[in-house]
Amino acid sequence: MSRFEYAPAPESRSIVKLQPSYGLFINGEFTDGAGSFKTISPASEEVLAEVAEASSADVDRAVQAARRAYEDVWGPMPGRERAKYLFRIARIIAERSRELAVLESLNNGKPIKESRDVDVPLSAAHFFYYAGWADKLPYAGFGADPRPLGVAGQVIPWNFPLLMLAWKIAPALAAGNTVVLKPAETTPLSALLFAEICQQAELPPGVVNIVTGAGETGAALVNHPDVDKVAFTGSTEVGRIIARAVAGTKKKVTLELGGKAANIVFDDAAIDQAVEGIVNGIFFNQGHVCCAGSRLLVQESVADQLLESLKRRMATLRVGDPLDKNTDIGAINSAEQLSRIKALAEIGASEGAERWSPACELPERGFWFAPTIFTGVSQAHRIAREEIFGPVLSVLTFRTPAEAVEKANNTPYGLSAGIWSEKGSRILAIADQLRAGVVWANTFNKFDPTSPFGGYKESGYGREGGRHGLEAYLAQ
Amino acid sequence: MPSKKDAAAARTTTGAAAPARLAVRKTYKLFIGGAFPRSESGRTYVVADSKGQFVANAAQASRKDARDAVLAARAAFGKWSGATAYNKGQVIYRVAEMLEGRRGEFAALEVPESELDEAIDRLVWYAGWTDKIAQVAGGANPVAGPYFNISSPEPSGVVAVVAPSSPALLGLVSVIAPVIATGNTVIVISDAPRVAITLAEVLATSDVPGGVVNILTGSAAEMGPWLASHSDVNGLDLTGVADAKLALELEQAAAETLKRVRRPAAVDWSADPGLAPMTAYLETKTVWHPKGL
Repeated sequence: MSRFEYAPAPESRSIVKLQPSYGLFINGEFTDGAGSFKTISPASEEVLAEVAEASSADVDRAVQAARRAYEDVWGPMPGRERAKYLFRIARIIAERSRELAVLESLNNGKPIKESRDVDVPLSAAHFFYYAGWADKLPYAGFGADPRPLGVAGQVIPWNFPLLMLAWKIAPALAAGNTVVLKPAETTPLSALLFAEICQQAELPPGVVNIVTGAGETGAALVNHPDVDKVAFTGSTEVGRIIARAVAGTKKKVTLELGGKAANIVFDDAAIDQAVEGIVNGIFFNQGHVCCAGSRLLVQESVADQLLESLKRRMATLRVGDPLDKNTDIGAINSAEQLSRIKALAEIGASEGAERWSPACELPERGFWFAPTIFTGVSQAHRIAREEIFGPVLSVLTFRTPAEAVEKANNTPYGLSAGIWSEKGSRILAIADQLRAGVVWANTFNKFDPTSPFGGYKESGYGREGGRHGLEAYLAQ
Repeated sequence: MPSKKDAAAARTTTGAAAPARLAVRKTYKLFIGGAFPRSESGRTYVVADSKGQFVANAAQASRKDARDAVLAARAAFGKWSGATAYNKGQVIYRVAEMLEGRRGEFAALEVPESELDEAIDRLVWYAGWTDKIAQVAGGANPVAGPYFNISSPEPSGVVAVVAPSSPALLGLVSVIAPVIATGNTVIVISDAPRVAITLAEVLATSDVPGGVVNILTGSAAEMGPWLASHSDVNGLDLTGVADAKLALELEQAAAETLKRVRRPAAVDWSADPGLAPMTAYLETKTVWHPKGL
């Protein structure tokens, strides 16, 4: 059967007005930092802008501004006034959503259909949701008179730059804290546009401060003695360092770390739906998702049939220009991440698993990795144990539900899991037994501001989203 | 009120004349997996009463005892966490009943009457929480789409606890009860061996399954680091640690495996504990399912 070819359908870049250089956003103004670095588009390696790098002195300025704003303005402000600022921010994000989506895809490499339909609308929804909590905190179940903690130091990753910012800033501000946020080194631009949105919303200076930089900037923020709360999303490795660094202090900590989610397909699953769920689970956002369904556990009796369908579906995935509206898989976020994915994929092959990718042409410039599956994977293989954080799926099989649960839980992580079955009682029984913070049954990678997200075991602690997400920012 | 046993002990150590009837002393051992083993190290340490008189050679638990306790606690976790909330409540209420029945033993150990009352009432309080905490800490989430979405609290797993030195009984009950009421299993380090092991006897006769509560008597400084760094321990309660340097070391060791840690705190043990002792070792699991015809 012949297929129609897709014509290119690029979203216009013209809506984004990039500046040649960006400063740090401290006390409501953009100011110079001690140094600077270049930020690029991972799809073309084109330099997009020069961004200030915050030194520990810059971080100190930001924390001081946040402290003043907390004590003088934001802390004493009635909840209903705080709420209105957050509602304003939610509205402005929605108003400027196309600009934010294009900028996010440019700087991150994710397909425009994801930044447009997932990242940006969920970010606006997150602010809208937490705005409503600001004047209802005594009803949240954390005591009759819950108090804010003070200044929150927040460090976020590069995989969902704006959405992770929203997950951090919205509940912090709703609860009456002020924040200093450090975006990831490779994806600072949407956070800096958010700083502009704070200005448009006339948010009082110092309530939100954005300091750009790399690991050292993050460490300076986490270790700053005047920070009351540390919130981090990123690797388990860095999570351990932060947990150790804050030991013995009064800082409250929440950590949202890595994962190696099992996506379990039973023999009675609707196979076509399961295939869509598997594809969404591992290839959404190039697999740069901490809760990605990176271990497929498929019941032996349907494994061949499922893999055939999966491969057929994978052959239709379009890899390429993030700004093309037809693109399914965009660019890998950085050269560093690409080399890590490549290294683990090499290890997968050398340890004896069978590697398969559909025929797919990758652009010459930029960082790309074809969607890949490994079959014949054992639990001892490194690709079944370590987080790859890329479009690479490890396929294992099982015979009984008990074996599926055993294999699913056989990991130090516990962030998410998936179940595919048409039998309700089986879904509920398996969901009970999985040691994971989010369980998607007959769906995957669904997010909502009202729904708590976070892990068990070494996937970290604390929840983001929903009523539960307020706890991280309130003193009890 | 000194018991006959104490009086006998006093006579023995002071070399007075033999009593008409020699009291039978209790051997204070450990409580691991529902059994009362001696320390594998063969070590004991002298316990004196408030007047400084010898009363017992208590077992001094070692690193290997701590390891055995983790195994026992992990083995017990599946069944205890899977028991119905109603059943867990009944079991903890049974502990309160047994403690009430053994008041005399704790009085003989110089536990004040009011502390005993509080300890028993605290067990009753937590017995009632087992089937309510999921409704208070969980619930349905109104997501913007056709999905069933519900969050429920689940136990973190195996929790290691350093019990406060004082109040010995109320402190011990107050750190154990919230952890097991929420379905976790626990390893407790206590430096009040007579109260701790007498409580173990209460637990052993209260339908608490073996391994759900494990009690190690001895030094937190010795065993704490092993439990804090153990990969099969999910939580660490340092509320009862008085030594700030030790607490810091234990929290740092716990960071390696990202344990849920409660830091030392000044606690009024007779006040309403609130939800924090329970929610500290609860995870939130959120389950999604599409709705459709």
